[in-house]
Amino acid sequence: MKKEEVPQDDANLLEGKFKVVKYALNDKGEFEKVPSVGWEPENVALEQAWDVVNEKVESTRRAVLAGELSPLAYHMEKNMMDPGLLGKHVGSSARRVRKHLSPKGFAELDKDQLVRYAEALLITVDELKTVPQ
Amino acid sequence: MSGKDLLVPFDHQQSAHCESGVLSNLMNFHGLKVSEPMAFGIGSGLFYSHMPFLKMNGIPVTSYRILPGWIFDRFSKRLNVRMKRNKFRTPQQAMDELDAVLEKGLPVGMLTSVFYLPYLPKAFRFHFNGHNIVVFGREGDEYLVSDPVMDGTTRIHRAALMRARFAKGMPNIRGRMYYPVEVPQDVDLVSAGMKGLKRTARDMANTPLPMFGAKGIGFLSKKLRNYEKDLGEKGARAALGNLIRMQEEIGTGGAGFRFMFAAFLMELGQKAGRPEFRDHALRMTAIGDQWRDFAYEAGRLCKGRAEAHITYASLADKLRDLGVQETHFFKDLARSLS
Repeated sequence: MKKEEVPQDDANLLEGKFKVVKYALNDKGEFEKVPSVGWEPENVALEQAWDVVNEKVESTRRAVLAGELSPLAYHMEKNMMDPGLLGKHVGSSARRVRKHLSPKGFAELDKDQLVRYAEALLITVDELKTVPQ
Repeated sequence: MSGKDLLVPFDHQQSAHCESGVLSNLMNFHGLKVSEPMAFGIGSGLFYSHMPFLKMNGIPVTSYRILPGWIFDRFSKRLNVRMKRNKFRTPQQAMDELDAVLEKGLPVGMLTSVFYLPYLPKAFRFHFNGHNIVVFGREGDEYLVSDPVMDGTTRIHRAALMRARFAKGMPNIRGRMYYPVEVPQDVDLVSAGMKGLKRTARDMANTPLPMFGAKGIGFLSKKLRNYEKDLGEKGARAALGNLIRMQEEIGTGGAGFRFMFAAFLMELGQKAGRPEFRDHALRMTAIGDQWRDFAYEAGRLCKGRAEAHITYASLADKLRDLGVQETHFFKDLARSLS
């Protein structure tokens, strides 16, 4: 890749915060670090990965509103966690977390457990109990 | 909570990759001038593996480099650098030790989870617990950060840094931090570079398992050919998108580290007085360009905008050719080094 071929396809994924560097050949035939704001295939792949996450979050949100899952399920998906990973953050097993993903299991949580979940998911206890309408 | 302000005069150089970048920046601080490509090459950073049995988010892992942390280890061994490494039981201990080392005037490298680094763009913040950064000071409740993939330095709140250092999952990083305690000044970069290069050539050309080294590329090619059949259209697209990300996203410097490796070959050739390394470098650059073509076409397919001639089969052909070329390349390279 030559320096002038380093792509500059900006999909605003870097939010204008910085440019990344790629190694490319300059006119002296030496490699140098060349800033780039992005490249179409990378942007596509990254957006696609987020689509998968967002679809999961959205379908979970609907399931919560339909009374099939607890709000904890929504916030877990929003944090891109599964019961295993969330369990590690609150010092609990995946199985126990799974139990709390049901409205019934969630209703049985005491204050301490709610606080622990909220802290792991970077939200308040009040936020943990609801999902966006 | 706020301790005293500290500032280590640290020269931040932007890098393509976090591990080689932190390594290069830390070495430069300790008087050992080594560029990112040289650090990457001395640490034998380049590799290839496709591991269907190892999955992240349900997608088989494909990697264009050796395991995280190995670049550090191999580099340190080859240049007799002594690193102090710590892990901790609690975030509080991890922060206390960080403060203590900063107080000695030393910059500290550490592992973090990108998910918990608020200064990074949202789109890049997945759960990945292997991101290396350097902390080189503190002001009140904020720490000064040299994140090698960024063009400038940044800051992070103490609470956020604690969280990023103690993210759970794979791997469980437990506040892992490291800093050089002994960096020899009269080192032989050429000999270390030759050792690193030999190891890479050997591992790429001769690793006996099908999923590792240049052979791994052909291995993936066979899988890719059947992706639509095996995974369904959506699953195939997700797996393809993942390949592009592993190859091109923040951190590889383009073409899955192939360009950085070519830069290493050129620099080592100059230092060693081996003009033929330049030819190797240009040959690897041409291979890297084909990796880029592959990613470009894969991107079209992912987006559903591909011209009729771009299919999983045509991409598999491209990958198979790349595997053959890399096999030849590394065999030739190994021969020229022996």
